[in-house]
Amino acid sequence: MNAIILSAAFGVMMMLCSFLLKNKGSLRHIASIALLILLVANIADTYGHTMFLINTHGMLLFNRFGMLFNSIAIGSTFVYVLLTGKEIEKTGTYVAEYFVLIFFVLCGVTLLSSYNNLLTLFLGIEIMSIPLYILTGSDKRNMKSNEAALKYFLMGAFSTGLMLMGIALTYGGTGTFNMEAVRTFPNIYKGLASFLEILGLLFLLVSMAFKVSAAPFHFWTPDVYDGAPSVFTSFMATIVKAAGFIAFIKLCAVRMNETSGVVNWQMIYAILIVATLLVGNITAVFQQSVKRMLAYSSIAQAGFMLFSLISLNDLAYEGILLYAAAYSLATIGIFAILVKMKDISLEGYNGLAKTQPALAATNMVFLLSLSGIPLTAGFFAKYYMLAAVLKTGTYTWLVIVGVLFAAVSVYYYFRVIQAMYFKEGNPQTEVITPSFKYGVIALAALIILLGIFPNLILNWLYF
Amino acid sequence: MPIQYYIALASCLFCIGVAGVLIRRNAIIVFMCIELMLNAVNLLLVAFSKMHYANAVTSDAKTIVGTDAQLFVFFIMVVAAAEVSVGLAIIVMMYRNIHSVDINFLNRLKN
Repeated sequence: MNAIILSAAFGVMMMLCSFLLKNKGSLRHIASIALLILLVANIADTYGHTMFLINTHGMLLFNRFGMLFNSIAIGSTFVYVLLTGKEIEKTGTYVAEYFVLIFFVLCGVTLLSSYNNLLTLFLGIEIMSIPLYILTGSDKRNMKSNEAALKYFLMGAFSTGLMLMGIALTYGGTGTFNMEAVRTFPNIYKGLASFLEILGLLFLLVSMAFKVSAAPFHFWTPDVYDGAPSVFTSFMATIVKAAGFIAFIKLCAVRMNETSGVVNWQMIYAILIVATLLVGNITAVFQQSVKRMLAYSSIAQAGFMLFSLISLNDLAYEGILLYAAAYSLATIGIFAILVKMKDISLEGYNGLAKTQPALAATNMVFLLSLSGIPLTAGFFAKYYMLAAVLKTGTYTWLVIVGVLFAAVSVYYYFRVIQAMYFKEGNPQTEVITPSFKYGVIALAALIILLGIFPNLILNWLYF
Repeated sequence: MPIQYYIALASCLFCIGVAGVLIRRNAIIVFMCIELMLNAVNLLLVAFSKMHYANAVTSDAKTIVGTDAQLFVFFIMVVAAAEVSVGLAIIVMMYRNIHSVDINFLNRLKN
């Protein structure tokens, strides 16, 4: 509860700061301090020290899983603001508003990690999405940004319409919005009620697949991620996407995990996973722009996160949190370096190791983590995902498919490493301050640390 | 009236909305079709609310079953209004730059 209320309150506070403060730099410092307070408040909440006692009548359910995800999301945002805060200031003239919107997105994220009612699911998704439409279009003079914003908005609103239809039909079938009551709804597959419910759940599945950009509902992702200002792509592709998965997995745990009955849900997920991995990985191979390659790679990573929906056991819950942390931190790092590059095509990275050895080395760690090489956080994230599916005993073939596509992903991540280390060139970068350098080095160290001791995160789930 | 009539009407409206989103190329009209989808959902929710109430009231005269769906409708309206304000702002911003609200301009992004 702390995180939900404080993030909204900090958003309003930043709005007031935009009137009172004209110094752009101080806004960034206020935002990072507010994020730190938010993180501490959320951790305190995890151990029972809640500041606000509000009876939500079962609409929100706070558990360790959601709390830990909140901590990961807020912590990643903190890292994000520290590393790329200066670029946020350069995007446009209304600096404070960007931080305001980031806080409002966090409010939606924290709502999504604790919803227990279809109404709060809807509100969480919307509170998270609407500020993002604005952030996507924040580069107002840039036509690509405009078009990305329009496309994202229309696709987002469309998928919200599908989600609402799903909620309405589920309500028609079960007579309640409460997830607990939906779960215990008698499992009889006959008559109008069950027909409505199944149809509603299918609509919900499609709309969530839109939100997490799982194939075949991924087509908006590359254009939007490519067109949005790079700093905000970084935010969209990491924290927001992970929050979408948390919402998805909570929804699936309710009812969409049965294999008996009319719909074989696990088979649907298996098809989604194979399609997402195929589209994401194969298309990423052919991209010449690193930013667009990262957009497709985020689709491919979504395919791996979808593995947790099939298994839904303790390993899956641990794995999705580890994946959220590993993927968010690595992608934030890559984008932090990407926004410093003048040319974001693959050629732009040629010879970076000669001119900026620290950036090249850390970028390599981030890329290795995304491709899942051992000793980085990404390895254990992928390992947990696959192990969770193996533990269920069925769908062993899916694990083999996953490993094969992980091997494909190594190819396009290594192309960037190859460009940095083995090609001649004179890459143009913005001015790199020493503090930025130490920041990315610390982030890379954190990723390696998580790769050796993944329990640093997972212990929070139990102790 | 039986609930089937309401379901049929709402699904017709919803399908018109979905078809409009997929077929039309004018951003404003696509946007209106999305609103049509949301309103179809509102209609359906109110109809279901009445249906569940009618089922429950036979056994308990003081039942409040069904009120949650009507509350949900208000939430949808509020969120839709927020979405409209952001969406129209985006469309106006695009119109200022390219003097058109045609979605086909979006295809330029792919090249």
